[in-house]
Amino acid sequence: MTDILSNGHHRAIRTPLDALAFDEDAPLLEVRDLQVEFHTRDGLAHAVNGVSFVLEAGETLGILGESGCGKSVTAQAIMGILDTPPAKIAGGEVRYRGVDLLSLDESVRRHVRANRIAMIFQDALSALNPVFTVGWQLGEPARKHSGASRADARRRAVELLDMVGIPAAKERVSDYPHQFSGGMRQRVMIAMALALEPDVIIADEPTTALDVTVQAQVMDLLAGLQKELQLGLVLITHDMGVVADVADKICVMYAGGAVEQANVYDIYEKPAHPYTKALLESIPRIDQKGQDLTVIKGLPPVLTDRPPGCSFNPRCQYARGNCAHDEPPLYDVPGGRKSACHYWEEVLGS
Amino acid sequence: MSTEMSEQNSKLARADGDVVLQVTDVKKYFPVKKGIVFQRTVGQVQAVDGVSLELRRGETLGVVGESGCGKSTLGRLLMGLERPTSGSIKLNGREIADLKGPELRKMRRNIQIVLQDPYSSLDPRMTVGDIVGEPYHVHPDALAGRDRRTTVQELLDVVGLDPSHVNRYPHQFSGGQRQRIGIARALALKPEIIVCDEPVSALDVSVQAQVVNLFEQLQEEFGLSYVFIAHDLSVVRHISDRVLVMYLGKGVEYGTEAEIYEHPTHPYTQALLSAVSVPDPRLRGHRDHIVLEGDVPSPVDPPSGCRFRTRCWKAEDICATDEPMLVTRDGAAHPSACHFATERDVVHALDRDLRTEGAHMFGRDGDSTASR
Repeated sequence: MTDILSNGHHRAIRTPLDALAFDEDAPLLEVRDLQVEFHTRDGLAHAVNGVSFVLEAGETLGILGESGCGKSVTAQAIMGILDTPPAKIAGGEVRYRGVDLLSLDESVRRHVRANRIAMIFQDALSALNPVFTVGWQLGEPARKHSGASRADARRRAVELLDMVGIPAAKERVSDYPHQFSGGMRQRVMIAMALALEPDVIIADEPTTALDVTVQAQVMDLLAGLQKELQLGLVLITHDMGVVADVADKICVMYAGGAVEQANVYDIYEKPAHPYTKALLESIPRIDQKGQDLTVIKGLPPVLTDRPPGCSFNPRCQYARGNCAHDEPPLYDVPGGRKSACHYWEEVLGS
Repeated sequence: MSTEMSEQNSKLARADGDVVLQVTDVKKYFPVKKGIVFQRTVGQVQAVDGVSLELRRGETLGVVGESGCGKSTLGRLLMGLERPTSGSIKLNGREIADLKGPELRKMRRNIQIVLQDPYSSLDPRMTVGDIVGEPYHVHPDALAGRDRRTTVQELLDVVGLDPSHVNRYPHQFSGGQRQRIGIARALALKPEIIVCDEPVSALDVSVQAQVVNLFEQLQEEFGLSYVFIAHDLSVVRHISDRVLVMYLGKGVEYGTEAEIYEHPTHPYTQALLSAVSVPDPRLRGHRDHIVLEGDVPSPVDPPSGCRFRTRCWKAEDICATDEPMLVTRDGAAHPSACHFATERDVVHALDRDLRTEGAHMFGRDGDSTASR
């Protein structure tokens, strides 16, 4: 498969990327204390509030959280596709192989996108352009970024469709997005993300809109390609089952902040943050019957009006007096884990 | 087939509770039309094609399947919102399709629906009190006018909303709270049956449990029967007593929750269950993993014989010619519409050491999983 990818007709032109000093020993992707704010009519919303993580090649990081927790905004900030304004990156670093992407000029950054970091969106029907054929859209990265001819770009599109397991790729390449089923469209999205051989893929709820059996097909494909091409994969989802199946490590987000980070096995076996613990206890499992679902009382906070102290404290069963005014830092938990809870020891022990 | 089915049903049914809803071989075809001035019918979408089921008082029947399998159309048929092409739907022994006028209205009181999308199923210009009280306008004899306001407030209290919020508008509530408003509206006429069409799939994980628990608590309190239509198989298992699995308009497997989830025999059920991920990374790679090829065929032109055969790994010639009926085959405990129905555990880990407590609860020994 790497042969197909590197048959050379792209990356022919020198891009501004060649001028950047990528350090191959530095982590593939490192996010440090990312802060994103939105200026809204209701005031300032801290959509992302100090998120940090490291992703190495061949690794899958699951970012887990409910709607409005800032997981998609984190992805968009890494990709550099946030609408600014209303959004504003208020601080932090996004380092790809040691180079801080946030400091780059947009003209350079657009070459990082697709070439090095690519993204898969949730809703393939709205992410694809309905008036162009799939082949045209798949060939576009090759034409724009590598200066490939139309014929070469089309050949490349067929290769890509083949790679993501679309039958009769040669014929399907001239079809329009509406002629594909949901699962096939999501495969097209994956193909498009892989077009310029990126090292990092950010997948934002890639299977949420799909039926279970199709979801399994698409996750299998994505996990297979990730392993084969040694990609760094950031998988953003609200589905605790999907992350348990594919992720190596997990970052749980709540109200804009990362509340717990750990290896996937540790976090499911012994969560160190009350929110993670409550989430795990609140979902029914297909292999069990009769368990009581723990209810997390209340609602996630509105981001313009986050409670002082720990943002989870009004819903937390471990909350004490100081939780309402002391914002917990991300404590180090044995085993290379992190938890943003003053009482993580108690949560871990319970 | 219909008599066979009802025999199956009575065998399945729990001893307690009498049958409130009896569906026998119901079909719903939608015409596909062509032409602008002179429309002619060029085909039929066989949305529901011969489904039979039985609902007993106080029980929950889960209906699962992927999008386009006809589960929502089935819900609409049960509500009397669509007229069946053929077949019978009996509510408390009376045929729904035969009812007219006042009797039809009376029947409608008895079966209510909770819809999926709490945003579009509530009129944004009506207050919560008006929404929950609207059923009393449609059925004025259900409750005297002077009692309505207090009853509406009681209903809000029952579903866990603040009764003083009766004058607020839907946009002032969160998704989970709106779903509670929808539930209060469904409860207003004191129905025996509530059809729940994907009632929790639009909700966030942490809120989902609140609504699922509310459904269970209301069932206990009012002795309701639910038809719970959903695509989330874990939620359906949690809430259901019995489960019907649908594929392309047909029921393919029907049984108690334990029979379907612990001892599935239809290949489609097995594929469906194996595709659901379990939130436990230790099971990674230790569960039976079936990945289906291709997509669901079009219901306008379904495959001959067994409708699942185009994606089935067990398919043989007989599957294309003989349609397998939803009957209990030799050696099985529940009906399954497959010529080659055999049990296969796809939910638990294959490895005995990794089995969860839930598995032990059912006393499964893990030896029957060798059918792979």
